[in-house]
Amino acid sequence: MEGSSAEAALSVSANSIRITDVTQDGDVLTFAIASQKLNSSAGVCVFRMYEDFDWLQQSLFSEENLPGLQGIIFPPLPSKALPSQSNTQTKALKQLGFLALGQDWQSYCKALEFYLQQVAAHPTLCKCKALDSFLINSESPGKQRGRKGIFNRLSQAVEEMRKESHKDVDNFFQNERNKNTNLAASSKVATEKLLDVVMTEQKLAVACGHFATSLHLCVNQDDAAAVAFSKVCLKLSDVIEAVKRNYEKVASNNLSTLGLGLDLESRYQESEKEMLFRRTCKLIELETVKKGTEKAKANKREVMEAFQKAVEKEFNLISSVAKQEIERFHSSRVKVLKTFLIGWCELQLNTAKEFAELYSQHLEACRNMYSE
Amino acid sequence: MSEERGSSAQTEEDEDLFVSAMESPEAARLSAEDLSPSSNGPRDDDPDDLFAEATEEVSLDSPERQPILSDGPSPAITPVSISPRVDVFDRSPDLDEEEEENRDTFDIQISVSDPEKVGDGMNAFMVYKVTTKTSLSIFSRDEVCVKRRFSDFLGLHSKLASKYMHMGFIVPPAPEKSIVGMTKVKVGKEDLSSVEFVEKRRSALERYLLRTVKHPALLKDPDVLQFLESSELPRAVSTQALSGAGILRMVNKAADAVNKMTIKMNESDAWFEEKQQQFENLDVQLRKLHVSVESLVCHRKELSVNTALFAKSAAMLGNSEDHTALSRALSQLAEVEEKIEQLHQEQANADFYLISELLGDYVRLITAVRGVFDQRMKTWGKWQDAQLMLQRKREAEAKLQYASKPEKLQQARDEIREWEGKVQHGERDFEQISRNIRREVGQFEKERVKDFRVVIMKYLESLVHSQQQLIKYWEAFLPEAKAIA
Repeated sequence: MEGSSAEAALSVSANSIRITDVTQDGDVLTFAIASQKLNSSAGVCVFRMYEDFDWLQQSLFSEENLPGLQGIIFPPLPSKALPSQSNTQTKALKQLGFLALGQDWQSYCKALEFYLQQVAAHPTLCKCKALDSFLINSESPGKQRGRKGIFNRLSQAVEEMRKESHKDVDNFFQNERNKNTNLAASSKVATEKLLDVVMTEQKLAVACGHFATSLHLCVNQDDAAAVAFSKVCLKLSDVIEAVKRNYEKVASNNLSTLGLGLDLESRYQESEKEMLFRRTCKLIELETVKKGTEKAKANKREVMEAFQKAVEKEFNLISSVAKQEIERFHSSRVKVLKTFLIGWCELQLNTAKEFAELYSQHLEACRNMYSE
Repeated sequence: MSEERGSSAQTEEDEDLFVSAMESPEAARLSAEDLSPSSNGPRDDDPDDLFAEATEEVSLDSPERQPILSDGPSPAITPVSISPRVDVFDRSPDLDEEEEENRDTFDIQISVSDPEKVGDGMNAFMVYKVTTKTSLSIFSRDEVCVKRRFSDFLGLHSKLASKYMHMGFIVPPAPEKSIVGMTKVKVGKEDLSSVEFVEKRRSALERYLLRTVKHPALLKDPDVLQFLESSELPRAVSTQALSGAGILRMVNKAADAVNKMTIKMNESDAWFEEKQQQFENLDVQLRKLHVSVESLVCHRKELSVNTALFAKSAAMLGNSEDHTALSRALSQLAEVEEKIEQLHQEQANADFYLISELLGDYVRLITAVRGVFDQRMKTWGKWQDAQLMLQRKREAEAKLQYASKPEKLQQARDEIREWEGKVQHGERDFEQISRNIRREVGQFEKERVKDFRVVIMKYLESLVHSQQQLIKYWEAFLPEAKAIA
């Protein structure tokens, strides 16, 4: 779609974007991305690697014709996955958290899918050429040397920390910054704790598997007494095998709903934090310029005042975009969390019902067998 | 000192009982000596005793064999030792079946409860209430409550083991001692681990008593009755050995001693060889299973801890949240997770008390079973030894025929008669222990299947209960999640 204006809307429907497949070749993951064209029933499918996603994100960061860009809460892109053999699970967990779990990169793909959907659903970002090109061009754009975005992730430099706590001039924003600090911290902790729970559930399932297998080794057909005992051991083995499947299901339910949800929430809070920080930095810049203007000698004053006006204009623009973004963010995150919570509850409820039934059947069978 | 008193008391009683069955005073003397507490078979000081060394080694590990009777005259001197009174346990098959039926329907309930700490510091000990409810006539009352401490249980077990093991009875082993666990309790740490330790011990003591009274011979044993009924019990001392580890040491030492002799037992009965192999295999398997399930319990406890931590973090998230309905839902989530933590804890207890302790009990029981097989080998050895001795005495007598020493010849003939008696004795013992073991093993295997079945059902019941609780929790949470607007 070369040559279309920045105002052109996305040519595919945001809801239809799916990552349908992922293949691994050594260190490299390739994702198949499918979407539905808006003005026809045709579908599009492209193949992308992580570099392409990164290119897309950087392009969004450096989009030129968007005023108040810095006030946008950018949908968070998951970190790059490093699937090489030397990468142990602990490293992967540290790097990706929940997204490292699950079979065949399913969680990771889901998170990338959310990312694309959110970019496509963003009223401003969806108009970026880069997105359309990412979703439609058969040629992968990542080969282009992308411009580095104008801002990067928050660093932990001491100076940044000091800026972060700079007092705001606007109550709305001061409140929002405070709330965001709390939420970002709490959701990060909650995500980590849920991850611990899921890991333990998986370990428990493995231990059940070992126990069930060991019970099989007790089978002995030497005489009638041994046969009777063997039957009992096999029965117990079946029960423990069921417990194992139970925990695998519970862990997978946690992962695919609440886990993903908390992970997304946590990363989105970080993204909001970055936006608020950018605005705060602008505020500090404005205040610095103001002070400079006040102190300026008469000959420099006009220039300084003009400069100050420009910065002020930028700051106000950022603030107004930010306000909108914040409101949009608040309503959308509640909806998203609601969906995840309902999904989680329903899955766990179904699993509980399924296994209550299974265990009851086993119990019934035992009662019948043993009463003769 | 008291040892002699004990054995003389025994001698009197036993002579009365044995007079009818005895052919000669020498035999009576023989049986009294056999009852002497310091040996379980040939006397230690018999220079020709091939097993002297073995017995000494064994008794080093089981000193309670001596102190049993040093506690004073115990009504527990039951005439049920190896003796010519072979009819005591030589039941007709009919009687066996009847007794086995009684095993199934026997009406006795025992509970061990209310652990209480008595005393302070390192001299402190726990006292448990033992309640027996029964309609059996051998008990003087329908319901009896007594207070017992751990060493009392060990004392009971060591008495039963010394009385019955050498006859081939499988005596259920007492629970293990634990220096670490007990020290914590003594020192007064009221923390979770000492509470768990006391509960684990209480449960083990209860299972021990239940297994013991399931055995019809043990149920009638005066020591058992005294243990369950009498308010005062003489303090058991030297209860060091005959824990599971103690028995295993004894078994291994006896086995080593037997192997040291170049006596290879000619097993005429393949059943014993096969069974012994089976039990050896079972021992290995059960130990593996026990390790497996302990890992399970460990992870389950870890899950409980992590769930609690997650619940807390979810509560904090709910507090940080502005949006009312979402905040409420998150708080509810935290509550659900707390309840689930409780379920995990209960399930961990089920894992442990039902499965893990069952496997542990059976590992110890198998050790007792193997001990009994070893006793049979010892009994065989004694019999062989007696035959050899008889041979020698006959050879000696033959030689003396041509020497003109009439007193020595008479003595040699006396000795031959003595050893003929011992050979008969030995053969009868061997046959008896073999019979007993067959019966005991058959019963053991039936009980084993029953025990495991009961445990599986209880375990399944706990699983069903957990799931039903979970269903309740999730059904309560769903509307909260849906209410987020």
